[in-house]
Amino acid sequence: GQQANSLHTRAAGSVSGLHIFHKEGDHEDLAPQLVPLDYTTCPDVKVPYELIGSMPELKDNPFRQRIAQVFSEDGDGHMTLDNFLDMFSVMSEMAPRDLKAYYAFKIYDFNNDDYICAWDLEQTVTKLTRGELSAEEVSLVCEKVLDEADGDHDGRLSLEDFQNMILRAPDFLSTFHIRI
Amino acid sequence: VEWSGECLRSCRREVQIKVEEKEDETEESSSEEEEEVEDKLPRRESLRPKRKRTRDVINEDDPEPEPEDEETRKAREKERRRRLKRGAEAKKFVSENEGALGKGKGKRWFAFKMMMAKKWAKFLRDFENFKAACVPWENKIKAIESQFGSSVASYFLFLRWMYGVNMVLFILTFSLIMLPEYLWGLPYGSLPRKTVPRAEEASAANFGVLYDFNGLAQYSVLFYGYYDNKRTIGWMNFRLPLSYFLVGIMCIGYSFLVVLKAMTKNIGDDGGGDDNTFNFSWKVFTSWDYLIGNPETADNKFNSITMNFKEAITEEKAAQVEENVHLIRFLRFLANFFVFLTLGGSGYLIFWAVKRSQEFAQQDPDTLGWWEKNEMNMVMSLLGMFCPTLFDLFAELEDYHPLIALKWLLGRIFALLLGNLYVFILALMDEINNKIEEEKLVKANITLWEANMIKAYNASFSENSTGPPFFVHPADVPRGPCWETMVGQEFVRLTVSDVLTTYVTILIGDFLRACFVRFCNYCWCWDLEYGYPSYTEFDISGNVLALIFNQGMIWMGSFFAPSLPGINILRLHTSMYFQCWAVMCCNVPEARVFKASRSNNFYLGMLLLILFLSTMPVLYMIVSLPPSFDCGPFSGKNRMFEVIGETLEHDFPSWMAKILRQLSNPGLVIAVILVMVLAIYYLNATAKGQKAANLDLKKKMKMQALENKMRNKKMAAARAAAAAGRQ
Repeated sequence: GQQANSLHTRAAGSVSGLHIFHKEGDHEDLAPQLVPLDYTTCPDVKVPYELIGSMPELKDNPFRQRIAQVFSEDGDGHMTLDNFLDMFSVMSEMAPRDLKAYYAFKIYDFNNDDYICAWDLEQTVTKLTRGELSAEEVSLVCEKVLDEADGDHDGRLSLEDFQNMILRAPDFLSTFHIRI
Repeated sequence: VEWSGECLRSCRREVQIKVEEKEDETEESSSEEEEEVEDKLPRRESLRPKRKRTRDVINEDDPEPEPEDEETRKAREKERRRRLKRGAEAKKFVSENEGALGKGKGKRWFAFKMMMAKKWAKFLRDFENFKAACVPWENKIKAIESQFGSSVASYFLFLRWMYGVNMVLFILTFSLIMLPEYLWGLPYGSLPRKTVPRAEEASAANFGVLYDFNGLAQYSVLFYGYYDNKRTIGWMNFRLPLSYFLVGIMCIGYSFLVVLKAMTKNIGDDGGGDDNTFNFSWKVFTSWDYLIGNPETADNKFNSITMNFKEAITEEKAAQVEENVHLIRFLRFLANFFVFLTLGGSGYLIFWAVKRSQEFAQQDPDTLGWWEKNEMNMVMSLLGMFCPTLFDLFAELEDYHPLIALKWLLGRIFALLLGNLYVFILALMDEINNKIEEEKLVKANITLWEANMIKAYNASFSENSTGPPFFVHPADVPRGPCWETMVGQEFVRLTVSDVLTTYVTILIGDFLRACFVRFCNYCWCWDLEYGYPSYTEFDISGNVLALIFNQGMIWMGSFFAPSLPGINILRLHTSMYFQCWAVMCCNVPEARVFKASRSNNFYLGMLLLILFLSTMPVLYMIVSLPPSFDCGPFSGKNRMFEVIGETLEHDFPSWMAKILRQLSNPGLVIAVILVMVLAIYYLNATAKGQKAANLDLKKKMKMQALENKMRNKKMAAARAAAAAGRQ
């Protein structure tokens, strides 16, 4: 079921994703000198993070760096075509909730330790408010979040805690969504 | 299931393997298969020929096999039997899947199957892409979404969905009612009902008359009155009256189905939205809208998120300050009182306008100015425009949380528009009853007129056989008032005036205001853009409600004016382009960004309610009012639904008619109704029970989570104490 879903979302996102990768309609090609038009020999082309981060869909997103890092091969933000397609499939309308929750967890886990700890939360809140909240307010928010969502009370959110919390959110599906 | 990038990639690989043809050219495949089979079998050196293969290398330093005794011999026998069985299973598997291995008889058929499967998968994918590309206005909506956020875009998504529904209604009415009558029915001028009466002929083609949908527009396929009541028309024997009736019922049924389907699809997404358990967590992880692609909107979003956090923090920190409860209650009561006054006032105003329009109808149309002719429609549109601002003003007294205030505002606007609609219908019913009374008089007159005509006809025969043949032009025949056409005309006029009011409001309220603010800002004392009046924000709820109510009018009027869905299609089409342009050009994103997700089912619920309330008057009119005697497809019948009985008698074999007559036996009907009522009651009880069980489980989960938290806290405290004690 879930495998089929992932394939379906990939199928749906794949053609438009390829379209963007090669040529963005009115916009310039993302990286014409890098991306070959012929993929039958499956070359290993990587688009650097700077280009990805300047895409119109992502340039205003405070988490664009984390998104690129999560979906890239080596976690450095440089993406191949496969990574690119994966990213848009997961962020598309048709991806299942569990898949989105899994990737949301990875995006918000800044230090990649498979847990969202207090430091990750501080980073998230600071990025969300562009540093307009005072340090005391930020730490209060992080405390409240851990209070609410940390089920096993180990001071950090595991994937289970996160999923348990996010799958009940009414706005999660409509906000964690990029349309291409 | 744990998802990972590797999993995604392996899924892809799996599919590749399944779909691509295996290029097996060598013996390797079958021997590989055998090797795999062999892996399952225990390696008994003594029974196998020693084949030197890399996987099968037996270490020559292994000890000699031990001498056999009774037990080991029995064990060996058992092993051998087991191995033989497994060998037989493996052989069966291989022979069944020979084709897949590229070997044996099944190869070509299997290759063909694989190729077809691949082609089919490709075709499906292309078809999906084609369907996605066919969805109209996707780029426009994406542009709006990235600039204004998901809540404004939800209005345009709703508009597009309505367009689809109306398209289906239009196709039904056009192809099954208007087209057959146009192609196979009698042409204009052949029957009295299809001709403009002699008295009106002179002005029939004037623009003013056509704009009012009188004159030539009235006597055309656009309205009910044009249709002939012959049972079949054309060489195909198309049964027009039956088709008219059935299409009317089908439109209503289809609309119900589609709205209910949309609602049930959205219910799954809601899932307990009033939870406060994860307030801050949801604020942190779901408040950023990933759709935003515009720096100004992103700015607004950042600000609103910061505001949101600050408010939540102050709420969390501050103690419950006891506000002056009595003052607040009094102010709220006052506000509701004012709202009531406004609703009552608007209802009375509409009733008065309708009465006046009836008086005007009695007078000579040339003595009336433009305002008098369109008074009622203008009154309704203007009320719909200004009362919501009044409600907004009264809401200032109430001091509710913005989301709750929004709900109250929506509810009040809904009540206003509903009240207006129903007063309009009541006035219309009044008018209909008048016309039915009038009809009786006209009928009496016609018998007299007919008697005169017969006398003249006989006289013309007896006097002069070479005189001109006696002929009465259809335009000279006295006509009965056709109340159905009148109803259709009222709804069409209302729709048209609504459209014009909306467009004029947008042009003046949004566009001119934006121009004024933009260009006069250079020579004005205060900053027009940031102070008053500044640019308008897009009023989502007002627009959605207007859309819903217009659709209600379409549903009510389309039985009497088959052209109404077509007019609505035109309207929605132009609305889409016009409002998209207006939004991008003159509006600014809302300062306080509200999410649209929770409201979606709210709007659909209102649409369902309006659908139900709109079809009730229509059904009442069909069932209880007698159709006009000289216009429309049901003329001459006692009631409109008798066309079904007529069809059953004439077109179905007699035994079927007998069966259906038995079925309409009151005893049977009562039994069926009873069963349905019981079924509804049972389903309701089940649903309630399940909801209660659901809540119970949720509560249990909460309790469990709390307990866990307490326990973990205690353990953590104990651990800390132990650690401190040890130190």
